[in-house]
Amino acid sequence: MGSTAIPTGTKWWSGGKSPFNVSYGKVMMWYFLMSDAFTFGAFLISYGTIRFSVNNWADPNQVFNSFPFAGHANLPLAFVSLMTFILIFSSVTMVLAVHEGHQMNKKGVEKFMILTIIGGAAFLGCQAWEWTHLLTGEHVAMLNDGTLSVLPTTVKMNPWGEALSQTEMVNALQKTSHEQLVTIANTLHHGAENAHHAVTSLTNQELINQIASSEIHATHTGPIAFGGYFFGITGFHGFHVLSGVVINIIMYIKTKLGHFEQRGHYEMIEKAGLYWHFVDLVWVFVFLCFYLV
Amino acid sequence: MSAQHFENPEVTFQPDHSGGTKKIWKIFWVLSALTIIELALGYFLYAKNGQLGDAVVLSTKIVIGILTLAKAYYIVSVFMHLGDEVRNLIMTIIVPLVLFVWFIIAFLADGSSWKNLRNTRGKSRTYQTEEVSKEAVESHK
Repeated sequence: MGSTAIPTGTKWWSGGKSPFNVSYGKVMMWYFLMSDAFTFGAFLISYGTIRFSVNNWADPNQVFNSFPFAGHANLPLAFVSLMTFILIFSSVTMVLAVHEGHQMNKKGVEKFMILTIIGGAAFLGCQAWEWTHLLTGEHVAMLNDGTLSVLPTTVKMNPWGEALSQTEMVNALQKTSHEQLVTIANTLHHGAENAHHAVTSLTNQELINQIASSEIHATHTGPIAFGGYFFGITGFHGFHVLSGVVINIIMYIKTKLGHFEQRGHYEMIEKAGLYWHFVDLVWVFVFLCFYLV
Repeated sequence: MSAQHFENPEVTFQPDHSGGTKKIWKIFWVLSALTIIELALGYFLYAKNGQLGDAVVLSTKIVIGILTLAKAYYIVSVFMHLGDEVRNLIMTIIVPLVLFVWFIIAFLADGSSWKNLRNTRGKSRTYQTEEVSKEAVESHK
């Protein structure tokens, strides 16, 4: 059956046909995605409200400046751009799979579904790396008792406040316990094997001198809400990506088994595609709110 | 390659699927270009951090936001094929989302109002959770 142009003046609501001209399943997928958009929107607006309500928020260029295997090079925006392009590209392969489905080309659908699944898995891998990097990161920050400590970024602590002034740094170093000074001095050597031994035998003053003369970047702590919002929203998005990958794998298996060919249409690929594009769509806004501005 | 041959009672007028993949790739390049412009503006803000006036920073961020909306439009309209659907379906999805315009204005205004209250009314509403306590760090380990 070929395509039919829609005549002008068609009475959509007079009965006998769907006023939306699409199948029930697709309409429901659209409504689900709309409700999901409200969920993500509510999360992001809540994040924006809290961010607007404090004087200092974490600077994304400071927090997200690392790249796998690049050591401590300062590369703001680089890794997240890679993640964005991975997701855009997997969106393209998905829409190509839908296109092949329209042509009833089973092999083409299989090929592009595999590429889409690989893209989704690559994105999840990137996100896992980024989370690990933040959760195990070592960042020197001043606690509420005025001493320095080494903090990761978690839902309970955020070391990404304003930089300490010279005086604040000197005062904080004086207050900090010997044990903490050793920990901080160790982060300077990034866990080199014999450095740890050398550091423990130093006196307090020697440690303070070593830390003060290094290029260490010590900060105040930032608003704790940062971690909760970042891990909560990127986690919720990541969970959508994960479920999207699982759905795509199921669609790939069903294509492989010839279920859609027997059915005579690849509409399930279209519906899975709608979900997958939505995941990309949400990432566009997460990318904006957490990394760009 | 045979044409699609299923009949669905809910689809009165079959959409035209005879087109090639040219449009898809075109949109891919559009999305990539928009992302690259966004990144360029992001790097501009980073490189000039502290040297720009508030108005310049804010307007750059607004431009990035508009580019994001353009990306969203292309994804929904072309990749999700909403642009090819009948007007009834487009409206039933898009009109409820217009509520976001008010949500964003109202909530962000509320947020900055809290900030002003904290900064001006004798700090009676200090944001207490800004400081990390020793106990929190210890309990993490």
